[in-house]
Amino acid sequence: MSNNSANWLTRFHRLGSPPSFYHLAGMLMPWVAVICVALFAAGLYWGLVLAPADYQQGESYRIIYIHVPSAWMSMFVYAVLAASSAISLIWRMKLAEAVARASAPVGATYTFLALATGSLWGKPMWGTWWVWDARLTSELILLFLYFGYMALVVAIEDKRTASRAGAVLALVGVINLPIIHFSVEWWNTLHQGPTVTKFDQPSIALSMLIPLLLMASAFKFHYLYAMLARVRVEILDSERRTAWVNALVTQRPS
Amino acid sequence: MIEFFQMGGYAIYVWPAYAITAVALILAVVSPLRRRVQMIRELTDIAGQHDANRSE
Repeated sequence: MSNNSANWLTRFHRLGSPPSFYHLAGMLMPWVAVICVALFAAGLYWGLVLAPADYQQGESYRIIYIHVPSAWMSMFVYAVLAASSAISLIWRMKLAEAVARASAPVGATYTFLALATGSLWGKPMWGTWWVWDARLTSELILLFLYFGYMALVVAIEDKRTASRAGAVLALVGVINLPIIHFSVEWWNTLHQGPTVTKFDQPSIALSMLIPLLLMASAFKFHYLYAMLARVRVEILDSERRTAWVNALVTQRPS
Repeated sequence: MIEFFQMGGYAIYVWPAYAITAVALILAVVSPLRRRVQMIRELTDIAGQHDANRSE
């Protein structure tokens, strides 16, 4: 192995150590915030003002710019939760445990938003706030999976045991992700089919697709910011008896 | 401008959806920021008490 790549590996390894990550996250967060706000400003202006009304749904379709990104993020964050859970089970990496714990409440927020905004869109378009169809029910199950994970992790006293138990639950719940995604194809449903992620061509006009992608990116950066902020709290909490946290809190003018 | 806020008659669905989203996204960010400040204050107090015990 070349000297260079060994050096790179050590650096990567050091990044995974709680104090380095704590400081790195603190340095990254202002930049993430600026990008996030800029993407939201562009996405909202484009989506609410510039984009044309839908020929079938009129102005009500504009809920898409928050509903679809929320729904995507609800699944994306669950995938992160599951992946970091797997890493924490296999390599016992503390940082992965912190990422998993930090992701769950943010993912639950997106899931709640997907359901709430979907309900507000469903009422004028379908004539009902809620139906027990496959897409909506599987998304509701996703919300309960997040709640289950969060409840389990706080219920067990020992933090590392709690993370391990949570990780197993998170991994079992992964089965729900393909069910959510394919639910609109496998079962008859009121929910419209995929418009963007179809393999042939997206059935959405470019003038509507661009703001949707801007909003989706804004949500990604929002997750990154919220997750990093939560990971910092998790690190401080689990490392509270270490020398570096002690040095950190005593240096700070109070 | 008024037309914009009316959202083609769908204002009572569109704006609450955006309001709920704004509140939830802001809370998701503000709560960990506040918790970190609280925790640092708490840990500073504990460190201060340890120092006081040691000097006694």
